[in-house]
Amino acid sequence: MSAVPTPDSLLERAPLLVRDWVSGLFPASWRWLTGSLLAIAAVILGFGLLFTLLTLIERKALGRMQNRPGPNRTGPGGLLQPIADGIKLLVKEDIVPVAADRPLHFLAPVVLVAFTLLSFAVIPYGRHLLPVDLASGVLFFFAAGAATELAVFMAGWSSHNKYSLLAAMRALAQLISYELPLLLAVVPVVMLAGTLSTAAIVAGQGRWTLGFIPHWWVGTPCGAAGFLIFMTAALAESNRSPFDLPEAESELIAGHLTEYSGFKYALFFLAEYLGMTALCAMAVTLFLGGWQAPCVWLQSIPSYGWFFLKLGALLALLMWIRGTLPRLRLDQLMRLCWKFLVPLALINLGTAAFWHLSAGWEPLPARLARWALALLLVLGPFAAIGRRLGAGVERRRYRYAPS
Amino acid sequence: MTSVLVILAGFTLAAAAVAFALRPLVHCALCLVLAWAGVAAFYLWAGAEFLAFAQVLVYVGAISMVVLFAVLLTRRQADSDEAPGSGGAGRIAAGLAVAAVVAGVLGRAVLGANLAPSPVAARPLDVRRLGAELAGAYAPALLVAGALLTVALIGAVVIAATDAETRGEDRR
Amino acid sequence: MNPLTLCLLFSGALFAAGLAGALCRGNAILVLLGIELMLNAANVNFIAFWRFGPSPAAATGVVFVLFAIAVAAAEAAVGLALVIAVYRHQRNIRLAEAVRLKG
Repeated sequence: MSAVPTPDSLLERAPLLVRDWVSGLFPASWRWLTGSLLAIAAVILGFGLLFTLLTLIERKALGRMQNRPGPNRTGPGGLLQPIADGIKLLVKEDIVPVAADRPLHFLAPVVLVAFTLLSFAVIPYGRHLLPVDLASGVLFFFAAGAATELAVFMAGWSSHNKYSLLAAMRALAQLISYELPLLLAVVPVVMLAGTLSTAAIVAGQGRWTLGFIPHWWVGTPCGAAGFLIFMTAALAESNRSPFDLPEAESELIAGHLTEYSGFKYALFFLAEYLGMTALCAMAVTLFLGGWQAPCVWLQSIPSYGWFFLKLGALLALLMWIRGTLPRLRLDQLMRLCWKFLVPLALINLGTAAFWHLSAGWEPLPARLARWALALLLVLGPFAAIGRRLGAGVERRRYRYAPS
Repeated sequence: MTSVLVILAGFTLAAAAVAFALRPLVHCALCLVLAWAGVAAFYLWAGAEFLAFAQVLVYVGAISMVVLFAVLLTRRQADSDEAPGSGGAGRIAAGLAVAAVVAGVLGRAVLGANLAPSPVAARPLDVRRLGAELAGAYAPALLVAGALLTVALIGAVVIAATDAETRGEDRR
Repeated sequence: MNPLTLCLLFSGALFAAGLAGALCRGNAILVLLGIELMLNAANVNFIAFWRFGPSPAAATGVVFVLFAIAVAAAEAAVGLALVIAVYRHQRNIRLAEAVRLKG
């Protein structure tokens, strides 16, 4: 384990230089205002651009997984497809049902997008790129996420459509249930890092063994279990397949979004993708080392490059899962949450406590025993509970299409 | 500093007042959520960040959901969603009078007291210290709170759950 | 007028608003919401004294408010379960009609 001097190359400091130049154009007393506005504009524009690219990449990737090319007519290779979609949704007629509650119907997508964007404020995108450094950053992130559930209810209720309402209540049940494993999976990392501040958690993962094994939290047994539980719960929190029952078209039409058309529908989709991106970004920050490079000598690539590389890998994983796994039924996903993920997350807390208390076991056999015991505490309950829940289901037989 | 406090307090009180004056029950609940968010903003102003985010997480994220579910589960299908039973102007006048008396007594007590706020500058709450206190001096209270929450949750599920005999009555 | 007095007046007014709501409306859920608002007003009072209090010590005020929030959440859950049970019995949640002790 070696402490490495922080590189401070021009590429690393480039965003700071841009911010200082722009702030210099305005009076000095306005500095915090211009700095904040610049950060807000950068986050909105950057992640808005990522959203458009993501919709296109997802459609093409899903197409290829389903043995078809995906959108390829608009622009070279379909690159202008998101722009075409945006123009279409903007000029579509905005239909509001006659008996709908107009103020709430209008506010629901706005509140959803607002709170989802708010959660981007505490994620460190680079060494010097943290919009707001809060001492309780992790708690702020989850508080902003919890407030988005209200918008789902508002959307379903204000549509004055009993199927929308039913679907909204099912979606809320899913969102509330999966909040629990989401938060419980994060607690071990907070416990081991000793802080709720995202910047401090990322800084604490900036060590390497032998120069090429990074000390990311996903490398510890409790961290790996926490990462898997977090990603599963994140899939459910952002209504992604295989947990996309709330908005599946073969179920209650479009669920709580049935009575929305035009740009409000686009805002709901924006909020879903932004929520997915925010949860992946938090997973990168907490478990995958944030903007830290995996090896000491790879630090020449700027920190924000590493962050977006890891974020892209997680998003690609989520798209892969969408194209591969079938959808879960409501009772199946509730059972997965309450009978599988929550007990595993609670046991993971105990494992993390053991890991923290045994940090001083120095001689090599003791270290190996620590790892063995922690792995046993993680894998044992997983196997036991999995076996118990899967009992009574016969082994699946696969039949492949003749090639 | 004080002007921010006045704006926050005004917003919260307005939201609370409007919340109890509206007729549709869902609108009342959502207005009260605004009032809770205002209280969270007050905690932020006072420097208790952790508490502000905990307030948002618990009240806006969880208690509002419970309230809205209860509102939806206790509606009659035929009625429009208004809040029944608020009739009786006499009752409303009596309630407002009692509240005004209580407000008067509290106001007199506050204005009459010789309060000297500490000249110490605002100290933002140290989360590590809060955690150390919770796990140290207040650990028994934490355990009791955990037991209380468990008992309350189980009790709520038992009370609200349907069983065979109530299911028969429901079909009446 | 110093900030502490303003905070305490805010807390008192919020308490009175919650009390008015709980007394004036005859709907069980609104009474529960009034009680929640009164609990919040008490929490505001605690934080006001924590912020402007004489002793620079610790987090006593904040810890108290954390426990108060937890207890308020438990009380909201139980109260709303009771409202659902009352609804199942008398098909509406008007408190004026819940006057019989016979089950």
